[in-house]
Amino acid sequence: MTTAFVSSPYVSPGRSLKRLMIDVIIGLIPGTLAYAWFFGPGILINIVFAVILAIAVEAAVLRLRQKPIKPHITDFSAVVAAWLFALCLPVHSPWWLIAVGIGFTMIAGKHLYGGLGFNPFNPAMVGYVVLLISFPREMTTWYLPIGIDGDVLGLFDSIAYLFGLVDIQQWDALTSATPLDRYKTGLGQNLTAIEIRQSPLFGIIGGIGWEWVAGGWLLGGLWLFFTRTIRWQIPVAVLASFGAISVVIYLNAPEATASPLFHLFSGGIMLCAFFIATDPVTAATTDHGRIYYGVLIGLLVYLIRGWGGYPDGVAFAVLLANMCVPLIDYYTQPRVYGDDA
Amino acid sequence: MSIKLKGFYGGMQLEGHKTESLTRPLQQASLPDFLILPLKQHIGEANRSLVERGEHVLRGQLIADSSSSISAPIHAPSSGIVRNIEIRPVPHPSGHSDTCIVIDLDGKDESIQQQVVNLDSLTASESIELIRRAGVVGLGGAVFPTSAKLLRASENGIDTLIINGAECEPYITCDDILMRTYSDEIIRGTGYLQRIFNPVCTLIAIEDDKPEAIEAIRQALESQALTQTELVIIPTIYPSGGEKQLVKNLTGKEVPQGQFAFDIGLLCLNIATCVAITRAFEQGESLISRIVTVSGNGIAQPGNWETRLGTPVDHLIRLAGGYRVDQHDSQHLVMGGPMMGFSLSSDCVPIVKASNNILVMQQPTIPMTPGYHDECIRCGNCAEVCPAQLLPQQLYWQARAKDYHRSEEYKLFECIECGCCSAVCPSQIPLVQYYRAAKSEIRASKQALFKSDQSRVRFEFREKRLLLKKQTDEERRRLKREALQKNRLQNKAADSTVDPVQAALARVRAKKQARSSNPKNTTELSTVQQQQIEEADERRRVARLERR
Repeated sequence: MTTAFVSSPYVSPGRSLKRLMIDVIIGLIPGTLAYAWFFGPGILINIVFAVILAIAVEAAVLRLRQKPIKPHITDFSAVVAAWLFALCLPVHSPWWLIAVGIGFTMIAGKHLYGGLGFNPFNPAMVGYVVLLISFPREMTTWYLPIGIDGDVLGLFDSIAYLFGLVDIQQWDALTSATPLDRYKTGLGQNLTAIEIRQSPLFGIIGGIGWEWVAGGWLLGGLWLFFTRTIRWQIPVAVLASFGAISVVIYLNAPEATASPLFHLFSGGIMLCAFFIATDPVTAATTDHGRIYYGVLIGLLVYLIRGWGGYPDGVAFAVLLANMCVPLIDYYTQPRVYGDDA
Repeated sequence: MSIKLKGFYGGMQLEGHKTESLTRPLQQASLPDFLILPLKQHIGEANRSLVERGEHVLRGQLIADSSSSISAPIHAPSSGIVRNIEIRPVPHPSGHSDTCIVIDLDGKDESIQQQVVNLDSLTASESIELIRRAGVVGLGGAVFPTSAKLLRASENGIDTLIINGAECEPYITCDDILMRTYSDEIIRGTGYLQRIFNPVCTLIAIEDDKPEAIEAIRQALESQALTQTELVIIPTIYPSGGEKQLVKNLTGKEVPQGQFAFDIGLLCLNIATCVAITRAFEQGESLISRIVTVSGNGIAQPGNWETRLGTPVDHLIRLAGGYRVDQHDSQHLVMGGPMMGFSLSSDCVPIVKASNNILVMQQPTIPMTPGYHDECIRCGNCAEVCPAQLLPQQLYWQARAKDYHRSEEYKLFECIECGCCSAVCPSQIPLVQYYRAAKSEIRASKQALFKSDQSRVRFEFREKRLLLKKQTDEERRRLKREALQKNRLQNKAADSTVDPVQAALARVRAKKQARSSNPKNTTELSTVQQQQIEEADERRRVARLERR
């Protein structure tokens, strides 16, 4: 009797890559639902469209690269990247905007570097930043949540808008600045924080709707933590450093800055802390390195929010931190057993 | 007294699969028709056969030995006639073949006269020599010659003796059943080791998933009352039985890189090794058998058998009821545990000193499919479980890129190949396989470098020698020329009286005579020449030392 050679260990493997990605998708659900609840089903349409497109692009590139298509498609990494990318877009975006973004996400962000595992930059953030720089008008057209006077597009209107079948002008008071935007422009006009908060855009701690969406990311993030999909270091470091710097700045000038809680529950910081910064491929991989990496992102997000040209800084912060990862990993190698014992 | 466990980094909890092979007590394996004994069953120098084809051997008779200090001799496990000494497949990760002594058994199992020594009169070094002669090696799987370990330990002095009964790998229960069956022998062996080393304390470590074994050892300890000896129950976390992990867990100390436990005053021995020592001391018995677990989902009746070394694996499989063919008809054989064992190419290979377990897995239940695996996503799960505290995913990238310089910088050689990283990898990358390959390539290139260095030294030496020869030749010629000139002048003076032909003949005769009486031409060396010879000798001596 002869048998084939396989190398040990011969035990059932742990959680697969596919299962890991599915767990991330499950974690994205609460926040996504909150998003859809407050801003209409447009976001779901964006996600579905982006995911379909991403899978198609991935399959096409894999074919060009002469790689097996099925195992790469079914690892669901493209779904996660496209989902995260779609979450960064305005609720209603034209199809070509999503297509360009997905193209950059999947091709420039992922496959030009060699595919999953080889990309130094977070693909979703690459696609998003390309759009933000190239199409600033489309990318900063934000829509009102429900609960404020104005229209929220329904399912069919959203689909129609996606494909350019209707004119956006027919609805009233549809768009508005995001709460973060309002803060930035308000402070620029020398309004005080209290005056800015008079706007109907603001809710309990963050913006109306936005605070619940952020809560959803937090909930999903806890799921990721308890299923051991992510480790505590990055989210804790991102939120702690971000929280710390906002406390310091706030205490320094409470009337001229937004509160730390408002900051934590606005914009993309919560999504970033649990879902974007924790992308293992592009994050630091040592225990200590993850903390430095998270701290760097937290500080950069706040600096860009406070003094940068954009109301939120998650994408830039993540990409900048991605650049530092090889350096961080190199200098934070753990002590090996028996080292100078 | 009770020691506090210090824990160790990483590791993982695995499904034990221990109960399957523990449903029945230890059984004695029947004698097969023939035994296959590889000449090398330990780490170190290979043995040389001391028997010849057709020779009749008795149980316990020495049949192979080596003069190296890091070696363990081999004894005939039963009586019979040497059929042949031939190259056969042996159990080895690479599936290679090696020289084996094949003995056709006569079934009488006749023993040689065992010499039992008076233990009280033995000195430490005599005891260690006795253990070497009995062919004892580390039976936990490493098969390092025990005598070599003990010798180093006695040179360094030992303050803590650790008896390792952890047995952390799934499926394997040979140590468990050994502790249940031969607990007294284990404790007596511990006593002999204490007598040799006089340690400050002795710790017997057993994982908490073996309550029966723990109880047996506890009772044996109580009945024999060893001094300063403590039974320590450690949590079941793979690889708690790894020597470095056990040392860390029990003492909080770490074995420094490139050193051994005995370098820091610790001696760690497996319980089966302990029993082998007891038998060598009390009965003069050599290591001719060991307990082997046969388990896995592909075997009909899993269990433990006390098996003569050299027994073909298929004999043991038959004793265990044969392969289970109800669901799948192809089996996968592994020697050792599922985490660190290796695949066997066939069931014709013999049980050797290292064989603690034969794992029979039904082919489709082998989870690893060779060939395709997902890419590394740097999730870091591997680093979390790595008991050596390495960064396995970085080592993987380096191994793939063949960046071996980096691999060594990231301490590839500290990897104990426990398999935890592979087991938790979501991309199911056979990480350990990459590390093994990288290690062997690094070793090979170091060997090549060593060889080329050696050749360079030889070449340079040769060049020097030729130059020197040229110089001395020239010197000699010059001296000769001068002498001839002088002669010619003298001859010219004496020319008138001597017939030049006769003179030439006389010179030739004298020369011939001189040559026959003194062929080596080394008596009348100038001091310069003598010095050169001495220098050359010195260089040769240094080169010889360096080569060592």
